[in-house]
Amino acid sequence: MILHFDNARLIDPETGTDGPGSLTVQDGFIAARDADAPSDATVIDCNGRCLAPGIVDWGVKVGEPGERHKESYTSAGRAAAAGGVTTMIVRPDTAPPIDNPESLDFVAKRALDSIVRVRHMASLTKSREGREMVEMAFLCDAGAVAFTDGVRVVPDAKLFGRCMTYARGLGALIVGHPQEPNLSRGAAATKGKFASLYGIADVSPVAELMGLERDLALVAMSGGRYHADQITTAGALPALRRARAGGLDVTAGISIHHLTLNEFDVGGYRTFFRFTPPLRAEDDRLAMVQAVADGEIDVIASFHTPQDEESKRLPFAEAAPGAVGLQTLLPAALRLYHQGGLTLPQLFRAMSLNPARRLGLDGGRLAVDAPADLVLFDADAPFVLDRFTLLSKSKNTPFDGARMQGRVLGTWVGGERVFG
Amino acid sequence: MTFRARHLLGIEPLSPPEITSILDLADSYVDLNRRTIKHSDALSGMTQINMFFENSTRTQSSFELAGKRLGADVMNMSMQTSSVKKGETLIDTALTLNAMRPDLLVVRHPSSGAVNLLAEKVNCAVLNAGDGRHEHPTQALLDALTIRRAKDRLHRLTVAICGDIAHSRVARSNLILLGKMENRIRLVGPATLMPAGAAEFGCEIYEDMREGLKDADVVMMLRLQKERMDGGFIPSEREYYHRWGLDADKLAHAKPDAIVMHPGPMNRGVEIDGTIADDINRSVIQDQVEMGVAVRMAAMDLLARNLRAERGRALAEGTYV
Repeated sequence: MILHFDNARLIDPETGTDGPGSLTVQDGFIAARDADAPSDATVIDCNGRCLAPGIVDWGVKVGEPGERHKESYTSAGRAAAAGGVTTMIVRPDTAPPIDNPESLDFVAKRALDSIVRVRHMASLTKSREGREMVEMAFLCDAGAVAFTDGVRVVPDAKLFGRCMTYARGLGALIVGHPQEPNLSRGAAATKGKFASLYGIADVSPVAELMGLERDLALVAMSGGRYHADQITTAGALPALRRARAGGLDVTAGISIHHLTLNEFDVGGYRTFFRFTPPLRAEDDRLAMVQAVADGEIDVIASFHTPQDEESKRLPFAEAAPGAVGLQTLLPAALRLYHQGGLTLPQLFRAMSLNPARRLGLDGGRLAVDAPADLVLFDADAPFVLDRFTLLSKSKNTPFDGARMQGRVLGTWVGGERVFG
Repeated sequence: MTFRARHLLGIEPLSPPEITSILDLADSYVDLNRRTIKHSDALSGMTQINMFFENSTRTQSSFELAGKRLGADVMNMSMQTSSVKKGETLIDTALTLNAMRPDLLVVRHPSSGAVNLLAEKVNCAVLNAGDGRHEHPTQALLDALTIRRAKDRLHRLTVAICGDIAHSRVARSNLILLGKMENRIRLVGPATLMPAGAAEFGCEIYEDMREGLKDADVVMMLRLQKERMDGGFIPSEREYYHRWGLDADKLAHAKPDAIVMHPGPMNRGVEIDGTIADDINRSVIQDQVEMGVAVRMAAMDLLARNLRAERGRALAEGTYV
């Protein structure tokens, strides 16, 4: 089957270009750009809408095993397709966690329910307890793309260093959560005027810098490959810069929520705005948008964290952190485009190209021979989000009732249309 | 004889001729040990005390047998159940024993450097039977003798030392000895069990076992301590065996006539496949045990000669107390 996307606005993060063109897809791969439509092709007239490489969403939580009532591979896959996400990089913080090759094999089979691609991260330590490293070689063989204990920091620096040393020999990527765990224990907000006014247990932004500095020192010691899942404060950026200048193999990500919301959005203790790490000050948010534009922050992801209603219908500090994001990642990211902070190629560099590259995947590109994982969207179409229209089983989004711009018109995975 | 030292605390201070002279004498003790009457009077009338601050069966019995075959009066002290438990310091224990006038002290201790400390405080010959993760000289000597007899030389061989290098005194003594004798040494194992700066010892470092064993003449496996298998250094026994356990497939990368060594006790199915350990065409593990007794006899014989000579000089000078 041959598809020809005609009259498109091609967003190519690899070349950094944003302009009119066409794309021909054959047998699941991009076959040509700006060529004439083959005679036997199905022509899709894009009407000048944006056609970009599908989003590779790094850090999606699916509730299998253990919390399938919050999200299944079926529901997550549908939400992803509707949000222009063509690959979900799934987190291992399930119950029980994905910490051995047998359980990875299980979720890999469950993931066949998803209509978009799924790759798995495995946990870094057994039971995510920070005491024993997992069987990284077996897990790599079973298909793990990275190792992480999620938001649980491995407090034992000796063990974390050994994990990195062991991972180095396998070329495995370790994803850390840069946070000083003692400093941030129990905190639900960032230290500052807002937390003080509302009386919420808070943590200084410096906890992020301390956690990052520790991790980077261990990277320097071990020579491993490291990705900081979320860098959300301006204070941590110089450390990241120094590490890179020193030749360390380090990348960093941020959640879309930290790029589009700030601490004051919590308003009257709205628990859908409770995140780990907590939302930051506006100055930090602006600095992070700039850092994405400058390429200092490599990856933007949804950190899709489905929570049922009961997990959120609690006093602020007791509510479960996290929000769903597969379907809102693109429209929220387009806020940054409409506000002028980021160009579309910059956005898709952070949402598609960089995560694919860092994880050794082939997607995230519009080049000939790249997989035909594509999203067609109208960057301008306005809508008001009603959380109950989301396809996730869980509806915990901070954007409920928000005016947004950007509607996905179609999503293709390996040339197969999965949405629109 | 070129071996002039008072103690045998490690391989580090030995010169290649000293090593050769110990091995040459050990060869003759191998012959003695194969006779029905295995007796010599080299240590006749002398007192040997074995002090083991750490559990040992094979090394202690090897030293005991060596002493007895040389005619010494041998006493074993199991230090774990003795005065140390009552709070006596190492130096006090040494002074107490020294007052009993032993001639040879064989010491194993869990702390690196403890045997050196003890040797400073006594006026008899001290043999290091293993201190912490520092040295185990008689093990390296018996390994050298085993290699020399199997390969007819002890130089220009490619020796792969595999496993937990970082915590192994056997590895440390062996790489020093084999380096002094001008062999090509490869250290093979997980990066978490590789000592810092290992490359600066003049060794080649390999994490991949198949690459590390390529064209090796000698494959020396090390014991993986149980406490290292708990996820702190390596994830699990089964992953360790998969990546670094010596099996037929990995051994096929070594030379066809490569020998397989292990200091014992083995963990079959963890660091070595049982059939390899039992393969009489490849495994020299039993020879190592035999060479152990002979090498210890040679070392104690030489130390006793030096001790007698020293005391003779002191008597002549009137300084002997």
